Amino acid sequence: MQQATSSTSSLPAWWYDRTARALALQATLLFVVVAAAIFFFSNVQTNMAARGLTLGFGFLDRSAGIPIGEYLIPYTPSNSYARALLVGLLNTLRVAIIGCLLVTLLGVFLGILRLSENPLLSGLVGAYIEIVRNTPVVLQLVFWLVVFQQLPSVREALNPLPGVYLSQRGLKIPVLEWNDAAVFALAGLALAIAAIVWTTRRARAHQMQTGEYRRVWPICVGYLVMLPLAAAQLTGDRLILSVPELQGFNFAGGAELSPEFAALLTGLVIYTAAFVAEIVRSGIQSVGKGQWEASRALGLSNGRIMRLVILPQALRVIVPPLTSQYLNLTKNSSLAIVIGYQDLFSVSNTSINQTGQAIEVIFIMMTVYLVLSLLTAAGMNIYNARVALKER
Amino acid sequence: MADLAAPMSAPRAASATWRSVANGLRLRYFGTPLNAAITLVCLYVLYKILPPILGWAMFDAHWTGTAAQCREARSGACWAFIDEKFWFAVFGLYPYELRWRPATMLSLFTVMVGLSLFRRLWSKNLIYAWLAASALMFMLMDGTFFGIEIFGTQVPTRLWGGLTVTVFIAVFGLATGYPLAILLALGRRSHMPVVKWFCVAVIECVRGVPLVTIIFMAAIMLPLFLPSGMTIDRLFRIQFAYTIFSAAYLAEVVRGGLQGLGRGQYEAAESLGLNYAQKMRLIVLPQALKMTIPAQVNTFIGLFKDTTLVVIVGIFDFFTTLRAALGDPNWMGFPNEAYVFAALTYFILCFGMSKYSQRLERDLSPETRR
Repeated sequence: MQQATSSTSSLPAWWYDRTARALALQATLLFVVVAAAIFFFSNVQTNMAARGLTLGFGFLDRSAGIPIGEYLIPYTPSNSYARALLVGLLNTLRVAIIGCLLVTLLGVFLGILRLSENPLLSGLVGAYIEIVRNTPVVLQLVFWLVVFQQLPSVREALNPLPGVYLSQRGLKIPVLEWNDAAVFALAGLALAIAAIVWTTRRARAHQMQTGEYRRVWPICVGYLVMLPLAAAQLTGDRLILSVPELQGFNFAGGAELSPEFAALLTGLVIYTAAFVAEIVRSGIQSVGKGQWEASRALGLSNGRIMRLVILPQALRVIVPPLTSQYLNLTKNSSLAIVIGYQDLFSVSNTSINQTGQAIEVIFIMMTVYLVLSLLTAAGMNIYNARVALKER
Repeated sequence: MADLAAPMSAPRAASATWRSVANGLRLRYFGTPLNAAITLVCLYVLYKILPPILGWAMFDAHWTGTAAQCREARSGACWAFIDEKFWFAVFGLYPYELRWRPATMLSLFTVMVGLSLFRRLWSKNLIYAWLAASALMFMLMDGTFFGIEIFGTQVPTRLWGGLTVTVFIAVFGLATGYPLAILLALGRRSHMPVVKWFCVAVIECVRGVPLVTIIFMAAIMLPLFLPSGMTIDRLFRIQFAYTIFSAAYLAEVVRGGLQGLGRGQYEAAESLGLNYAQKMRLIVLPQALKMTIPAQVNTFIGLFKDTTLVVIVGIFDFFTTLRAALGDPNWMGFPNEAYVFAALTYFILCFGMSKYSQRLERDLSPETRR
């Protein structure tokens, strides 16, 4: 090693001072980054000027003229680009939020089934996981779109559950009609959740003090049923369930999920759930066998062992990778463009084609995705801090 | 829930007599009422799923013939479609008389992958061999090297397509992304704040946005950033995006390995008087990279599947080429066959890689071997 240093003795003296070398290196990096930024920026201005465009967000106020099939806030093509992008963002959020909820439910369920001692059951779930994990998500999305398009026409719609219709036009489901009673019922539901949290905390505190276990779930169910119904009674309106019915050539009433949305949601949920199932499985397996044996020796039932002993410990292993799966699902929702669902990415793409303001639109789009990622990660980190092993 | 209680502890027969085997089966499948119910439900599901699928894909399927014959029969898969379009899915629009070049390129790739599977051959020479093979693969596809004709005329990238493009993007994305990933991972753990924050910003920004937006940026925005008159081929722009993307994801895997290495290794290297480059090259990286090989393979699988995303900028990879084949007026109406075939191809490649990575994981960690 001596030789290695002596052969470089022709370098200036400051090179052998660690701090000076570090400073020089960082200054060089900074210089290169700034120089590259200036170079690219000047190129952008020249190129934009050559195409008769100027950098700036002024175009956002212009009328977009983009037809969007599905929107959560009122929208017409004459609205501005800003509003079109907002509609796209809300469509992205709709898929992401519903998707994350469904993925959690399906993933945990499948992860537990994967551990079944029945070889047939664990084998079936294993086959599903391997097939789904080892094929590209784009391919699966296109596949689901084909499946949803091959469904029967409206007249011969499948009716798997009362009030639920599946046809080429998408999925029709019953919904509550949006009137005063529904608003009050929603408020009642919020109240019920608060009451449940309070009751469980009281019961927990009681158990901590006296050791006496209180059964709370019947009270909780009571809150959940009674409070929304009671709140709805306070108004003059009544709760009305709007059920889809075949009238002429289409359905009337109910809520509609387009084939594109249904295909995107199904594809993303089926795909991501396979990964979540594996995470849940490895999390549960990470809890030692001794924990099962000890809990059984205490006389706990299998369900309660799972809920009280195993899952709380497994969550420590599960939560960090679960976070990245939520992020993956949100990011993969941008593949909506392949099957024609108009999310943020799709609307941005159209906006760029129409205005040529590529830099600005891509800047907005990337910032939004970054913020979404950071928010999800931050939220899950807070949750992770709560379930993480506390060493004192 | 009852069957969760004791994972992997099904009773083993002491000797494999007919009675004990039968008894073992009875216990595993019908041990408790719940277990029996689960078995029956599973059998019912299999009964509902398997016969129609097997019937469609095998027994009623048409393996050869014309589209008309397939349509006449109306039942079963028309694998004749795949038979007809197979080479198109592999080579795309690459000139027919020059197809020996992508064919050689794919064979070379297969040989290299085959060699890399043997751990006995893992050495620096294998890395050099991969570098040489990558260069050769490029020359085979392009035909020229810096303007010098080596394998005949140049074939522009817009004529490249099919499986060759998928392999091309994956191989070059990883070959260029891997060294970049190591630099980013080292930079992220550097004590120099500017270097550290630069690397953190690059990694987090790339990982925080969808891959399609990066591909999109390379396709649409990169030309705006370049001096007017200077153009980069579209496929290479996508290649660039893919490199950045794979570098950011691999960097996090490598960082995990760097963090997993005990402090003692760093301290020992320093006490030997090694400088930073020597310390990393001789002591730290070999261990950190070896430790993360299974995670790296898993990242490779993900990145390989993600090559399909180039569909959004109209690059004809394997999947997109197969979809394009659906547009042939003589062979309209066989989307299921195309998608099943594409899925099967990706599945075989990815599942193979994932099984291999599981075996590596077992072999590379003798301390946890059961």
